[in-house]
Amino acid sequence: MNRQNARAYALLSPALGSLALFLVAPVLFIAVYSFWIRTAEGLDIPAFQFGNWIAVATDYYYWLGLWGSFKLALVTTMACAAVGYPTAYFLARIRFSNKALLLFLLFLPFWISYIIRTMAWISVLGRTGAVNTALISLGIIDEPLKMLYNDFSVIMGLVYFLLPYMIINVYVSLDGIDRNLEASARTLGCSAWQTFREVTLPLSLPGLGAGCMLCFVLAAGSYVTPRLLGGPDTLFFPDLIYEAIISQLDWPTGAVLSVILLLSLGLLVGVYNRFMSLSDIYRSFAR
Amino acid sequence: MTFGDDKKYERLLEAYGNGDISRRQLMGFLTVAAAAVGVVGGPFGKLTRDALAAVEQVRFDGWGGIVSEAFRNNAFPAFTEKTGVKVVEGEFGDTEEFLALVKAAQPGEYNTFLVSGAYDYYRFYKPGLAAPLNEANMPNLQLLLPATLEAFRKESEGKLYAVPFDYGTTGIAYNRKYISDDEAKAGAKILWDEKYKGKMALYDSFQTRAWMGSLYTGQDPQGVTDQAAMWDACRTQRDLVVKYWTSGQEFIDLMSKEEVILSDGWSGRVAYLQQNGHDIGFIDTKDAGFAWLEGLMVLAGSPMNECEQLINLCIEPKISIAIAEGQNYPPSLDPNKVELSEKVKSLPGFDPTGKFENFVWESAQYWFTNQDAYKKQWERISKGA
Repeated sequence: MNRQNARAYALLSPALGSLALFLVAPVLFIAVYSFWIRTAEGLDIPAFQFGNWIAVATDYYYWLGLWGSFKLALVTTMACAAVGYPTAYFLARIRFSNKALLLFLLFLPFWISYIIRTMAWISVLGRTGAVNTALISLGIIDEPLKMLYNDFSVIMGLVYFLLPYMIINVYVSLDGIDRNLEASARTLGCSAWQTFREVTLPLSLPGLGAGCMLCFVLAAGSYVTPRLLGGPDTLFFPDLIYEAIISQLDWPTGAVLSVILLLSLGLLVGVYNRFMSLSDIYRSFAR
Repeated sequence: MTFGDDKKYERLLEAYGNGDISRRQLMGFLTVAAAAVGVVGGPFGKLTRDALAAVEQVRFDGWGGIVSEAFRNNAFPAFTEKTGVKVVEGEFGDTEEFLALVKAAQPGEYNTFLVSGAYDYYRFYKPGLAAPLNEANMPNLQLLLPATLEAFRKESEGKLYAVPFDYGTTGIAYNRKYISDDEAKAGAKILWDEKYKGKMALYDSFQTRAWMGSLYTGQDPQGVTDQAAMWDACRTQRDLVVKYWTSGQEFIDLMSKEEVILSDGWSGRVAYLQQNGHDIGFIDTKDAGFAWLEGLMVLAGSPMNECEQLINLCIEPKISIAIAEGQNYPPSLDPNKVELSEKVKSLPGFDPTGKFENFVWESAQYWFTNQDAYKKQWERISKGA
């Protein structure tokens, strides 16, 4: 190792040390725990056996939970993309001297606790909430609509939470497109829509992809929103982990479920990185 | 001066403060103790750890909301004033969550907490997480209802691991605007009435669900013979439910905003709703619910003297009644020995006789034996599996 490398490692060592201590070590510990045995008395005994893994792998219930989580995460991601792209486009194209202010406003809700922001949806979507009260007052409906404690309210809560991540990724991508390319397309006879479809959209795809990947991973691993806004039909994998570890005190099974979720999402990130590149995400946060 | 009791460090400090020993002597004592640990370890280790670790605070964990507020306003300031020991508060949503935290913690990290019911008492006692109490340190125990003390003692081979503090009931809460008192007399069966589909919430607890399911199917809740029928009833009921709530605060929120008009609930939380102007009825007869006893438990590894002092203060009539009024659960004080306030006497679930003849108490052994199977089954049913 030359002197320059040694200095680089020395500078990196606090970050690497923190990662090793606070991320890698706990994950490894969880992985080790997944092989332990839980006795009938509720004690966890160190062991190396695959009983917990086989029990989970052969239990349809857990796969149903994983599918439920991924399904809601996919719908959430699509909703974020549908709402986030036009917003990001607006932000990137608007001629406004203080664009930073708009971006600041985008992240303003982050100043309030995530739980409070999620709870606020109860007052918006509930039977006596703002939406139902307004619709009943206007005579549009007679009975309150059932908008709370179901998949719809979970998706609303997740979109609200994740939208800024989508917008900022797409915005960075759109902002980086050379405007001369769009002008050239128009000069060569493309309509505005054709220019968007043939030039702008393809060039902004890496940002859109990065936003989708980030939203999906965060939504699939989300726990608080489904817990607060979900109803009896909301089946979310992180909730199963919570129940295994907290309610049943079955930590080895909870560890297996945690590792499965980690591997599933890790696989997704790996596939994304193979075809797109994680650098698009880093770029968004570097701005 | 000896090093043989828990208060050695305080005594040293006191002696130093009074001028009986010099600063050099004080440091000398501590240095010798530290050296003893280094050389010998073992028995001296404990002595020195105790000597060095003066108790400055104890941790108290409760249910949060109005329950914690009642302790915070009435007991903790008096305790700190009397002992100089600060009370650090924590809260938990349910006992499962707290049990998981205690299991993962080092002994002594958590100290005193509000244990709910004989079943929860047993869950901490059985794996050795709780510490036996020295009853001689708590003279106010004599003011408590003997039946409540016995309820805990019998679960732990005659020794007391928690002091009965209050009692409450789980029953059925209903909004009187939509459901009459007569209709509610149907007991647990009303929770299966199709009329209330989409207007009902239930407590997300395997115990409460199994209890109500067995009542609905005409079985003894603590001696179920046909489990399949009980769980089938819960499965059917699931289609009627808007939300399975997980905390008392969530229950209050759902009922007060009329998100639901019917739910099972806890007597104290129903009292809170009534006091705040909501016309909520409550039925907790034998065919609609059960009773439980809350206690103040001390966890193993805690500073026992301080925790016992705190508990003794909490069961002092003046403080205990004030907390009862604050948290809306009747205290375990014996009405024949202590004059209770009118507010306490009017609380839902209050038994003026103190004999609890009309109550059905939970059986710790039954729930402990069945907990693993029941929990797993209920969690799957609640998720539609």
